[in-house]
Amino acid sequence: MGAGHAHRLYRHAHSPVHALPPHTKLAAVFAFVVVVVSTPREAVWAFAVYAVLLALVARYARVPAGFLLKRLLIEVPFVAFAVLMPFVARGERVDVLGLSLSVNGLWGAWNVLAKGTLGVAASVLLAATTELRELLLGLQRLRLPPLLVQIASFMIRYGDVITDEMRRMRIARESRGFEARGVRHWGVLAKSAGALFIRSYERGERVHLAMVSRGYAGSMPVIDEVTASRAQWSYALALPLTALVVCLLGWAL
Amino acid sequence: MHVPDGFIDAPTSAVTGVLAAGAIAVSLRGARRELDERTAPLAGLVAAFIFAVQMLNFPVAAGTSGHLLGGALAAILVGPYTGVLCVSVVLLMQGVLFADGGLTALGVNISDMAITTTVVAYVVFRVLVTVLPRTRRSVTVASFLAALVSVPAAAVTFTVIYAVGGTTDVPISQVATAMIGVHVLIGLGEAAITALTVGAVIAVRPDLVHGARGLHQRLKLRVGGELVDAPGARPVPAARTSRRTLWISGLVTSVVLAGFVSFYASASPDGLEKVAHDQGIDKKAQRHASDGSPLAGYGVKDIADARLSGGVAGVIGVGVTAVAGSGVFWVVRRRRHAQSGSSAVSSQAV
Repeated sequence: MGAGHAHRLYRHAHSPVHALPPHTKLAAVFAFVVVVVSTPREAVWAFAVYAVLLALVARYARVPAGFLLKRLLIEVPFVAFAVLMPFVARGERVDVLGLSLSVNGLWGAWNVLAKGTLGVAASVLLAATTELRELLLGLQRLRLPPLLVQIASFMIRYGDVITDEMRRMRIARESRGFEARGVRHWGVLAKSAGALFIRSYERGERVHLAMVSRGYAGSMPVIDEVTASRAQWSYALALPLTALVVCLLGWAL
Repeated sequence: MHVPDGFIDAPTSAVTGVLAAGAIAVSLRGARRELDERTAPLAGLVAAFIFAVQMLNFPVAAGTSGHLLGGALAAILVGPYTGVLCVSVVLLMQGVLFADGGLTALGVNISDMAITTTVVAYVVFRVLVTVLPRTRRSVTVASFLAALVSVPAAAVTFTVIYAVGGTTDVPISQVATAMIGVHVLIGLGEAAITALTVGAVIAVRPDLVHGARGLHQRLKLRVGGELVDAPGARPVPAARTSRRTLWISGLVTSVVLAGFVSFYASASPDGLEKVAHDQGIDKKAQRHASDGSPLAGYGVKDIADARLSGGVAGVIGVGVTAVAGSGVFWVVRRRRHAQSGSSAVSSQAV
């Protein structure tokens, strides 16, 4: 619990992007990703333009390129999958450097790589410029069911607590000489997982009682209502609208 | 296996998104029934647990390790509705916060990893718990099998979604073989861990395991040297055990017939088919719509041995039929219950 109250992806700064209301940012990122996904894969230049747009946003948000690139590494498993595609896909084949590759598979790999990377970059930018609490407020503002937002907020609030509890259990195991080396040790680990579940559930019961004793009746009071002016909306939606123009050009050309 | 953006085309993503939203809406109502007003904190903490337990590494061998996916575990520990909610929230947060899984692919991810695993695991679990004797061990066995089936089921759902809206031209049979093959292995690990974890919870707090409700021993009193049920405990319906025996023997018989006896059955068992063939009627018959399906012609694709193939297909068929049949039966019985309940209420009101 000693950690800060921001999540690991958040990067504190004062920039126009940080200052935007969260729901406008969420809507903008979602619309942007939808536009990217519906772009035809043959319009290679369009994806370059999208990347430039995201780079502009990152510059505006004062998110350094190194930070962004490091976060993109989460995509690596799917890159491996995409690399396999040209070998297994059907259809016409070309010879590249002595390897017989499927043209269709190459396009498919490009499609997944380009769209996936842009999607991850957009999400990373959103997470880097928006605090957790704001993000949840934004989700609520976008008419996600309040109960779902509450569940999400409890998950976020207690995620670190539960993870820390798990870490302490690991330290306790290791300080008693336990080292998990193979399938034979699954029993011990599963018992830890079971104990963790019981602790989490009981903590949930305690949290609920504490809330009830403070007057909780099924819904959380909204203290800080977020609102967005028309200027802020247009500011946030500039990104997906520019992308939409690019996408339409991509279909037309 | 979080699907990124651009893997599934936009229309299919939209459709799965709508499906996922519908399923979440149903689960929100159902979770309130399971947990009443405690839903938010408890489901939130269980979601945090699922999130944490996905980081617990289970070493397999030589440096490789696996982790729990958690759908089956959530369904068995807290019930199907809350389970769907918890896993969906974990996926939502992973998508929005950690950029793990694309935003447009959220519908796909929720459909296969949250909804399919949880629902399939819970249905299998319920059926097994009704069939097996009422002991703790059978809850563990049932959770093993439920988790074992749930992971390949998610792979099947993914393959179906991919077949409808995949953006690359990889042959479906290859995708299916690779996905299902890998996920059968993952399912084995998931099954072992889920069963061990459920066993560990049941040993300490059996009352917390949603799937083990109604398992506790009834309180008995010794009155004059005789054991009688303590007052307040509901009497056990007499027909219960006999029906269970009937169930077990029926299921075992069908599995044996379909799986083993079918080895020796005639190759042209259907009278109509034989006649049609002899008379040449079937020349015009069109190929069946499901001919390309993995179970077409009562054989499992990619299994060369005809007998083994037929047997496996038979066992799968019996399983699917039993699940579908008991599902319908269960729905009808519930509806009847609900009707009689509401009529009782209305008559009371009068």
